[in-house]
Amino acid sequence: MGFFHRHRGLTPYLLLAPGIAWLAVFFLLPLGFLAYQSLESGSIDFGYAFTWAWGNYWDAIRNYRGHFIRSFEYAGIATALALVVSYPVAYWIAFRGGRWKNLLLLGIVAPFFVTYLIRTLAWGTILSDNGFVVRTLRDFHLLGADGRLLATSTAVVAGITYNFLPFMALPLYVSLEQIDHSLIEAAEDLYANRFKAFLRVTLPLSLPGVVAGTLLTFIPAAGDFINAQLLGGTKQHMIGNVIQTKFLGLIDYPAAAAMSFVLMAAILVMVLIYARAVGTEQLTG
Amino acid sequence: MSTVAVPARERGRTARQAWAFVRRHVLTVYSALFFVYLLLPIAVVIVFSFNQPVGRFNYTWQSFTWDNWLHWDAVSGIRSAIVLSLEIAVIASVVATALGMMIALALVRYGFRGRGATNLLIFLPLSTPEIVLGASLLTLFLNLNVVFGFWTILVAHVMFCISFAVVTIKARLVGFDRHLEEAAMDLGANEWTTFRKVTLPLTAPAILASLLLCFAISIDDFVVTYFNSGSEVTFPLFVWGAARIGAPPQVNVIGTAIFVIAIGATLANVLLTSRRSSGTA
Repeated sequence: MGFFHRHRGLTPYLLLAPGIAWLAVFFLLPLGFLAYQSLESGSIDFGYAFTWAWGNYWDAIRNYRGHFIRSFEYAGIATALALVVSYPVAYWIAFRGGRWKNLLLLGIVAPFFVTYLIRTLAWGTILSDNGFVVRTLRDFHLLGADGRLLATSTAVVAGITYNFLPFMALPLYVSLEQIDHSLIEAAEDLYANRFKAFLRVTLPLSLPGVVAGTLLTFIPAAGDFINAQLLGGTKQHMIGNVIQTKFLGLIDYPAAAAMSFVLMAAILVMVLIYARAVGTEQLTG
Repeated sequence: MSTVAVPARERGRTARQAWAFVRRHVLTVYSALFFVYLLLPIAVVIVFSFNQPVGRFNYTWQSFTWDNWLHWDAVSGIRSAIVLSLEIAVIASVVATALGMMIALALVRYGFRGRGATNLLIFLPLSTPEIVLGASLLTLFLNLNVVFGFWTILVAHVMFCISFAVVTIKARLVGFDRHLEEAAMDLGANEWTTFRKVTLPLTAPAILASLLLCFAISIDDFVVTYFNSGSEVTFPLFVWGAARIGAPPQVNVIGTAIFVIAIGATLANVLLTSRRSSGTA
């Protein structure tokens, strides 16, 4: 007691020390090692040595441009789909949920209670060649007689969309729930049109939720390799699959480390551009 | 024809009412379909835990059986994988919640230099792709010649749980009435007693929420664990390995069990909270 009183200025640092040290040693320091490793050259047989091998980055981009582009394409489409699909539901729960709100939110996060890999495998079952979905699509000639969904980009994007949907729906709900209803009523009186009132008031006010949801969905989706592995074929492999294989299969650490950094940098750039775009839109809107 | 007779304003109102009616129900029907879509894979997981597959692929429905549930550990390796996952999840959530609680207290209660940097350090792991978290930790352990196994998995899980713990507990501490603590101190309690008798009980829901969240994230983690497990196998790693050769129905059994327990605990929590809030309202 006496100690804490005499050293009040020290208390916050003592409280922070263990947790921050953990993050410094097991999060920041590893990023440093990853950076170091990404500039090494050599081979698995003779070992790797640090040589400022910036070429690794060039090689990562040149050799795997397709995988990078595919990752961002899939993640982008999945994020857009998740936004469009879950916005009306988030709206419905926020404005019409009433006393069932908590239960409905539990329904939204229910997929998270099933192990990620198992729910992805369940999609494999649903989309399998003998499954109900493929048979129905074939009956309606939306799919050829030997057409399939597994091992297509449709399956991978569908899997990513599904797996990260709660990350989109929850922030949307939170921002919609906080909107003052009298603002919407006033807007409806002024614009005399619910749709216009929605466009001019509800939608802009829910923009923070849209931004948070998009980021929470896009970032993990771009680095994902589980959906591509379990629902896609080699033609659907994303950059995550390559990084994973290089690290754990081929033991090509420098190339894999360089790719990880390119992935992080690309995500960062996109997030910044996005934040800017949304920011200016908010200003002009 | 009959509408011609209705005054324009009247017509506008009925049209608006009709539109409102349609819109309300369109949204409700759409939301119902959304939940079907959201819960469909879960239903598949549960249903196929009762399937008796022919051959090694549990993809098409054959016949109903209790066998998978009765012999849930009939597949070699599944029991030890579950035990390891539980051990890691329990220890990681306790350690991460303790560390997170201290950080949250410092951030909410004290002004100090380095606040912004601290907030940034908490936020960064949340916005880093999991594969980068896993890969970078792998290079650290490789370079320091650490033996991969139980401890590397545990260290990794605590690392990615800390941020979630801080965020969860901080949200609760911000709305905390500090007069209660001051009152306790005025009445002669020292800081430690005040913390134990006042602060801790009042933040118990946040601590519990943090423990549950960390537990859930830890037991479900695949990517980071995959990079740092060595030859140890957690339950998600077991599923990954099994998926290559066709996952046995026992995987669905465990998946269903985790789902039922988790949803049960959360449902109890939700019902309890809503009863409490409706009681005070």
